[in-house]
This record gives sequence, C-alpha cells and structure tokens, in this order.
Amino acid sequence: MIPALALMAGVVLGLVFEPTVPAGLQPYLPIAVVAALDAVFGAIRAHLEGIFDDRVFVVSFVSNVLVAALVVFLGDQLGVGGQLSTGVVVVLGIRIFSNAAAIRRRVFRA
Amino acid sequence: MSARRSSDGPAETGAVVRSEQEQRPDQDLPDRDLRDQDPPGPVTPPVDGVGTGSWRRLLRPRLRRVEVAVAVLLAVLGFAAAIQVRSTQEVGPLAAARQEDLVQILDELQNRDDRLRSEIATLEQTRREITTGSDRSAVALEEARRRTQLLGVLAGTVPARGPGVRVTISDPENRMTADVLLNALEELRAAGAEAVQLEGPVEPGGDTAPGRDRVRVVASTSFVDGDQGGVEVDGKLLQAPYRFSVIGDPDTIATALGIPGGAVADVEQRGGRAGIERSDDVLVGALRTLDAPRYARPAE
Repeated sequence: MIPALALMAGVVLGLVFEPTVPAGLQPYLPIAVVAALDAVFGAIRAHLEGIFDDRVFVVSFVSNVLVAALVVFLGDQLGVGGQLSTGVVVVLGIRIFSNAAAIRRRVFRA
Repeated sequence: MSARRSSDGPAETGAVVRSEQEQRPDQDLPDRDLRDQDPPGPVTPPVDGVGTGSWRRLLRPRLRRVEVAVAVLLAVLGFAAAIQVRSTQEVGPLAAARQEDLVQILDELQNRDDRLRSEIATLEQTRREITTGSDRSAVALEEARRRTQLLGVLAGTVPARGPGVRVTISDPENRMTADVLLNALEELRAAGAEAVQLEGPVEPGGDTAPGRDRVRVVASTSFVDGDQGGVEVDGKLLQAPYRFSVIGDPDTIATALGIPGGAVADVEQRGGRAGIERSDDVLVGALRTLDAPRYARPAE
C-alpha cells in the first residue's frame, strides 16, 4: 500500500513540478524508467509468490537502473547507442511481459 | 526488484535469496522487526496459499528502513516516468532522438535550407529581370509613343494644335502662282513653323468655306500652277484666297513675313493682300497618309 502511494506521489510530483530533464540525462531517463518498471513488475510477482524481499528489491531496482544506463552510455560512446538502447528496451520488455504473465497466472489462475 | 520463482535459480537478476525464517509457514505475519512487539495472537493459517498472506502483508504498515527505501525508489520511479512522459509530450520526438539521428536531421535540414536559399535567389533574380525588363519596355514603349506623336506632327500624320498665325492671301488679280506660295512657305519654315496647312478658297470673313480643300504641308509637299488658275498642292487644286495655318512662334513668324522684300511684299507686289492673324490656338487638322518607304531602311 505504502509503495503504491509513494508511486502515486511521485507521479503527482512529476506532473505538478514539471521539471525539465537535464540534457545529459535525456537519453538515459527512458531506459532507466523501463528498467525500474521491470524491477517493479518482478517485485509484484515475487510478492504474489510470497518471496518478496525489500533489500533484494532495492538492490535490484538500483542495479537495474544503473546497468541499463551504463549499457546505453557505453553504446553511446561506441556509436551504437540507438541500437543498444533498443536492445535494452526489448530485453526489459520481454522480462516485463513474462513477469506480467506470471502475475496474471497468480491472480486470475489462468 | 524482480523476484523470481525459486525454480528460476538465484542466477537470475533480482532472484530472491529467501531466508529460512521467511520460508516458514508463518510468513503471513508482519515483518520480524514488528512481529516481536506484536501481541501474540492466533496465527491465521493460510487460507488459499501464499497469495493471501502476501496481500495481507502488503496492507500492513511498514516502518523498516528498507521499506522506506522501497517507497522512495517507487516515488522516484513515478516522478521520473511522469517527467519523461511530460517532456516527451511537450518537446516532441526530437528531444528523444539520439545524437546521430539529430545530426542527420540537422544535415537534411541544412541541405534543404541550402536548396531553398538557392531557389529564393533564382526566383529573386527572375523577378528582378522581369521587373526591370517590364519597366524598361514600358519606358521604351512610352518613349516610342512620344516619338511617334512628335514625328507624326512633323510628318503630318497627326493633328497639331498650338500658338501660331493664320496668313490669308487674297488674289484679286489672279496672279498668285505656285512660287509665291512656295516662297511664303519657305519664309514660314525659316521663321520656325512647325506644322503648316494650306487651304483655299477661304471665305473672306469666315473660317469655314464649304468645299474648300486643305492640305497638310510637309517636306515633300509640291506646288504646281493650276491650268485654270489656282495652285495644285500635293495634287489638290486650291483656289484663292489661300490661307496658311501655321504653328510656331507667332511674333517671329509675323515679323519674318513682314520684312521688306519678304512674303507680304511679294504678295502685295502681285496685287494681292496678305492678312496676318496671330492666335494662341491654331489648329492644324489636315492629315497626310504616309506610305511606307519601299527602299529606305533605318540604318543603325
């Protein structure tokens, strides 16, 4: 409940303050958001399976975001930033889908 | 964190290393930190597996530091997602484009810019040419019209009007020959006559004589004595009294005609009279038709 409220609060804050994304962060923010979403979906799934652990969530959340940003950063340095960020999004999207499928099975039993 | 089923193996990202305590059946209880302070109550057995316990635990208040971190992370996620969505909506697709794409787009735009600039230059050049060309041709046309009018006055193809004199020459003794009229015309020309017409016969008092003939006198006009009196001018037989209508400086012409031994004296010597009438508005209305030259061509 509290995490959901915190998520809502973050969304509201972002919509209210409308900060501009620093130019240096602009390529990484969407990737970081997708990576964090992957972590969140994994957490929901773990929760439903009763194996949720806060510390693991925090570590995996942060490391997911950092690794995704690092991969994109490296891709940018190597001149394949666009392709690599597409690849990261694809991989994370697949993970999100599989997690969502697990959640669906757990919730709807179907 | 993405927690995995234990079958996925701990190598997976976000795999949960579960402690033995958490694997105990009382995992639906609140977290351990709080559980110690909770009054011992009946342990609710899991009704339908782990799911219910998980939901219940989700609803319990959490105070651990790690859970604060979870909340903060999720808030950060919501915040980042919101501003990312907002910035994507606001600034359009270019802000999300990568550097090389932007460079390519910029390149294309510059190429297009160059093309459009050269097109503008070409069109402006064309416009300038057309404008100056039309200006020039309009001026040339105006000039040509003006010259046509001036030359028409000289050639006798257009009517002329202006200050001048009317010279009426009577011939009671029928002794006016062509050379008298020609002499008078030469004097008129010498005095600066610009347009001349000769008519006759003129009624003694008035301007209008029915059936009179009038001839525009130009450079090629011929004067021939008529067979039974009168003078044939350019093939037209004119009878006395004759009248020159002359456009030019009235004073100069009148003075020139009146000098001793001049045209007036000549006429009077032959028994006639020459009346000179100055006027501010002399109309030379007789016209000549102009034949196009057959042989002569303008030489540049």
